[in-house]
Amino acid sequence: MTKIQYLSLSKGERFLVNTGDFFKGIGTGFVNFFKGIPLALLKLWHKICAPFRTLKNAWVGGTWFTRGNFLIFGFSQFFHKEIFRGILYLLYEAVFIWFLIVIGVPNLAKLGTLGTFAGTSEFISDPSRGTTLSFVSGDNSFQILLYSIVTFLFIIIFIALWYFSIRDAKSLQDNIAVGRLSKNSQFFTDLTNKNYHTLLLAVPLVGLFAFTVIPVVFMIITGFTNYSNAHADLFDWVGFDNYGILFSGSGENSAVVTVFLRVLAWTLLWALIATFTNYFLGMVIALLINKKGIKLKKLWRTILILTIAVPQFVSLLLINRMLSNNGILTDLFVKWGWVKPSFSPFDNVLLARILIIVVNMWVGVPYTMLICSGILMNIPEDLYESARIDGASSFKMYTAITLPYMLFITFPYLLSQFVGNINNFNIIYLLSQGAPTFKSSGIIIPSSFGGNTVGETDLLITWIYKMSMIGDDKNYALACVLGLLVFIVIAILSLVFYGRSNSVKNEEDFQ
Amino acid sequence: MAEKHYASKRLAEKSNRILVYAILILVSVIWVLPFVYLIFQSFINIPSSKSFFPEAGNWTGQNYANLFNKDTPFFSWWINTFIIAFFTAALQTVLVLMTSYALSRLRFSGRQALMKLILILGMFPGFLGMLVIYYILKLLGLNTSVFSLILVYVASSAMSYYIAKGFFDTIPKSLDEAVLIDGGSKNTVFWQIILPLSKPIIIYTILVSFTGPWGDFMFGSYIRVAGGLQASQYTVAVGLQLLANEGHGLHDYGTFCAGAVLVSIPITALFFWLQRYYVEGIAGGAVKG
Repeated sequence: MTKIQYLSLSKGERFLVNTGDFFKGIGTGFVNFFKGIPLALLKLWHKICAPFRTLKNAWVGGTWFTRGNFLIFGFSQFFHKEIFRGILYLLYEAVFIWFLIVIGVPNLAKLGTLGTFAGTSEFISDPSRGTTLSFVSGDNSFQILLYSIVTFLFIIIFIALWYFSIRDAKSLQDNIAVGRLSKNSQFFTDLTNKNYHTLLLAVPLVGLFAFTVIPVVFMIITGFTNYSNAHADLFDWVGFDNYGILFSGSGENSAVVTVFLRVLAWTLLWALIATFTNYFLGMVIALLINKKGIKLKKLWRTILILTIAVPQFVSLLLINRMLSNNGILTDLFVKWGWVKPSFSPFDNVLLARILIIVVNMWVGVPYTMLICSGILMNIPEDLYESARIDGASSFKMYTAITLPYMLFITFPYLLSQFVGNINNFNIIYLLSQGAPTFKSSGIIIPSSFGGNTVGETDLLITWIYKMSMIGDDKNYALACVLGLLVFIVIAILSLVFYGRSNSVKNEEDFQ
Repeated sequence: MAEKHYASKRLAEKSNRILVYAILILVSVIWVLPFVYLIFQSFINIPSSKSFFPEAGNWTGQNYANLFNKDTPFFSWWINTFIIAFFTAALQTVLVLMTSYALSRLRFSGRQALMKLILILGMFPGFLGMLVIYYILKLLGLNTSVFSLILVYVASSAMSYYIAKGFFDTIPKSLDEAVLIDGGSKNTVFWQIILPLSKPIIIYTILVSFTGPWGDFMFGSYIRVAGGLQASQYTVAVGLQLLANEGHGLHDYGTFCAGAVLVSIPITALFFWLQRYYVEGIAGGAVKG
């Protein structure tokens, strides 16, 4: 459709066209995402090939100093005045070999079975010391798996450093060939200039890998074992059995698929509604506060900031109390004759869900209000000026200037809010705890899936929590499978939207 | 005729403004009332009253006194949390700024991949990793101390580069180039150009990382159970959560209210004091994201 055709449409038709385009855009986003996969694979293949070419060049065209790096890290650097770099390389090699011998190999050897020896304990009667308990500790699958993952990480880093050390040696050799000699202090100069990112990111990345990446990898792999309360010390590989249990839909697990789909639907619905209600209400309040001629702007803003300052779990526990069976709000409703004395708002699915969304607005709107009022002040005033001269109404100015501008700029924020809401643990855990339960509507959930505590307002994340942390039948492996599924859903959704977002595409434009 | 037109317009504007004020007052009441209720509740003898405002004879300081008896060593909780928050804020701020600066201003291979990795890592349900994190703490011999929380919070610093990176992105790159042309290093750019211009985002980061530990009860609760912490080793969030938990022996709603008030006062004061920077930081950072 050309621009002229579009302009000749009536308002309603334009709206329809725009809406259609929007959804078409999402479709295209998905198609492009999957279309992009072959090309990405091809690029990946070239990327994989490149290092091998470098290695070949280093071996074929290298001096013996350079070739020495194939065996001893930093060999060439030691002979060419790059002592510090050489020492760092060699140090890693030494640490790696020590780690491999002491921890790596013994644990990798047991990775196939995840340990078989359960350990023994027996009473030994010894006349001189009386009866003592002799205890031989057995294999610990958890430990074997964790150490194996760490070992694999070390091996990957080892290979990468091996490659870097050879590449460095080759470029060192090339530099010397054209007469550029290196010196020791170059290492430190590079560290504050060319390699400044390594200096800055070293500590944060070590933290990230130790406390986030390794746990996540562990979690994904645990989904293929039977780690649970029943198999706490020794567990085994079970392949895709957990996925089978989740989707089999037979026997005692027959309700699980239904519950999964219902919880998933509610999670997505909740994230969508919660994100948008907060966003629009926050924006409206920000607009009202920033309106010309309104006095005490700072006071209004301060009152709302108060709710950010009070820890979230305090406000949520407070609201929970006010809404509970004898709480002040329910008592008030009983007094006014709106509800029966035994009333609890978390008995009715729809009511409970609406209530959660309303309370979430109470908790979240101040944040959006703050962000929006910051951005509203940045909208160039001349846009409004010219609109006013053209005779636009304030509503028109809002829909034509304010809203598009805000949406464009805050898109990444909206996306992160959406993801945050899918994983919004606190509000459900502290407010409704999932009530009303599925049990009350006659759906029986096996105890390894959280049993009777799982309810209609549970999000996937609180369901996972109930499976893995609560009760006697904790099933960590099944929880991990569910966690991975949640993750895949969110990751695909947000990578599609993230790639479409203008502020990501045009990152460099802003600077 | 014209006069009449202006008069009616002024009237419309005036009534419009009154409406806005009415809405703002209503909004303020809705947002503040629960906290007023919290303060009243902290002075009330809970079992005997259900009213919003305590009756004349029903005022009591007992809830506050309860906070300082043997079972609920609130003072220790408060000090623990303060220490944790202080060190977390100091270390985390440095790491977050370093990460954000590297991701915003430096161009190196793997930058985009790293940003995507962090984005993706943030989508995993974090608590499933608690078992592993706890095991790592145990290996380091830190699992019986509540101060290991500092390590846990600080280690995840790289995950929250988002807002600060957005802020750095808005600082013109020509400033960096000027320094680099004059022979300065990137290190000089960071310390002498970027940081002095980034006061709002520095204060925002300090504020966020300082207030985080006051409200986080997830990992604290996990360490409490798994590491077998003594009552004097809790953080305020863990302790207050137990006070509010009907299934727990410490449960006492009035004491919870009193504790919540005492926790909220310093943080609220901090927010009021630094409000301007908080708003500038969050607005500046979220603009770009």
